[in-house]
Amino acid sequence: MPNLKDLKNRIASVKNTRKITKAMQMVAAAKLRRAQEAAEQSRPYTARFNAVLGGLAASVGGSDSAPKLLSGTGSDQVHLLVVMTAERGLCGGFNGNISKLARAKAQELVAQGKTVKILTVGKKGRDAIRRDLGDLFVGHVDLSDVKRLGYDNAQGIAQDILSRFDAGEFDVATIFYAKFVNVVTQIPTAQQVIPAAYEADEEAGAATLYDYEPSEEAILADLLPRGVATQIFSALLENAASEQGARMSAMDNATRNAGEMIDKLTIQYNRSRQAVITNELIEIISGAEAL
Amino acid sequence: MADTVQFDLVSPERSVASLEVTQVQIPGADGDMTAMANHAPTITTLRPGLLSIDGPAGAASFVVTGGFAQIGADGITVLAERAIPREEVTQAHMDEMVTAARQAHAQAKEVFVNEPGPVDDAAKLLADMVAMGDHIGLSAN
Repeated sequence: MPNLKDLKNRIASVKNTRKITKAMQMVAAAKLRRAQEAAEQSRPYTARFNAVLGGLAASVGGSDSAPKLLSGTGSDQVHLLVVMTAERGLCGGFNGNISKLARAKAQELVAQGKTVKILTVGKKGRDAIRRDLGDLFVGHVDLSDVKRLGYDNAQGIAQDILSRFDAGEFDVATIFYAKFVNVVTQIPTAQQVIPAAYEADEEAGAATLYDYEPSEEAILADLLPRGVATQIFSALLENAASEQGARMSAMDNATRNAGEMIDKLTIQYNRSRQAVITNELIEIISGAEAL
Repeated sequence: MADTVQFDLVSPERSVASLEVTQVQIPGADGDMTAMANHAPTITTLRPGLLSIDGPAGAASFVVTGGFAQIGADGITVLAERAIPREEVTQAHMDEMVTAARQAHAQAKEVFVNEPGPVDDAAKLLADMVAMGDHIGLSAN
């Protein structure tokens, strides 16, 4: 039986842990709200951008002169997987789930005889990927100094990817991130960004015939690289919201577990204390009787 | 009073403006154009420049770079990678944008040694930035 002093210390330490996890949960809740707002505010841009690009892609996409970013290089031999994770841990299965999805995809592609290259965004993903697939690793984008995600960050990543594409380093690029559904659900998602898969909005596309200035092709060539940045930006924002959501529910669980543990330890402590008291009484009484 | 048209200026990070206007002057890639209500449906890319709006709520202007404008029956939408109200543009913004354009130009020169196209594009971008700076009274150092 553990002695009273140990139990008391143990309870105090679990109480401290609970305070920390509680604080982390509250911080995550505040950050989640901000991240959600940011994601919310970027949505009009993304939606309209994709609608216009979808229309353009539908009208130009079929021709031979379509840009490579849209039609692809004509091969799918080399795949670039862009794995976006958090910079920090303590957020439940968030990082693990994304890495797991990416790892499964990488292994599947390798099994098909394709070449896989992996670019990571976020420290946690890099660590997880390096462990198993270190030889496929081609680069890492560090966002640990970034306080507030901006479009500039997405542009930086997009430029990195696009310059690799222009240099012919890969044929297909897929980004991995977690889509935010709600605080308890974040879905790890794979999304192909190069060649771009835009779905034309049939109704809107057919209703209005636009004049294009300069030409449709020129606009498309100008917009496609921006489209990559836009997709990455929205993925980054989704990821940020998912990370905070995952951390919030993980910390909520941790807080609750700590509470349960404190209750159990307190009961144990009280029982031991009573046992000690009873023992002492018995000793006193039997001592008195012996006289 | 002239007819008004719904105008939206959207950047990736937020919606910058959404209001009724009578006219919008857009810095299009092929030159400035002014759009009013019932303009023919048009999509144009933007060059870095000053976008001005005028309407019942008063006139305003924004510095915009990169993106496109969509003029349709239901309104005018400008999607710009960067959109800042003119009065909020500081020398720091200007320096940052010009530096980025210079870098892009230098990089294009290195990467596309034998292709004039991208280099010219980058040079034009830089020139547009500088011209915009002159226009709003900020120097491009």
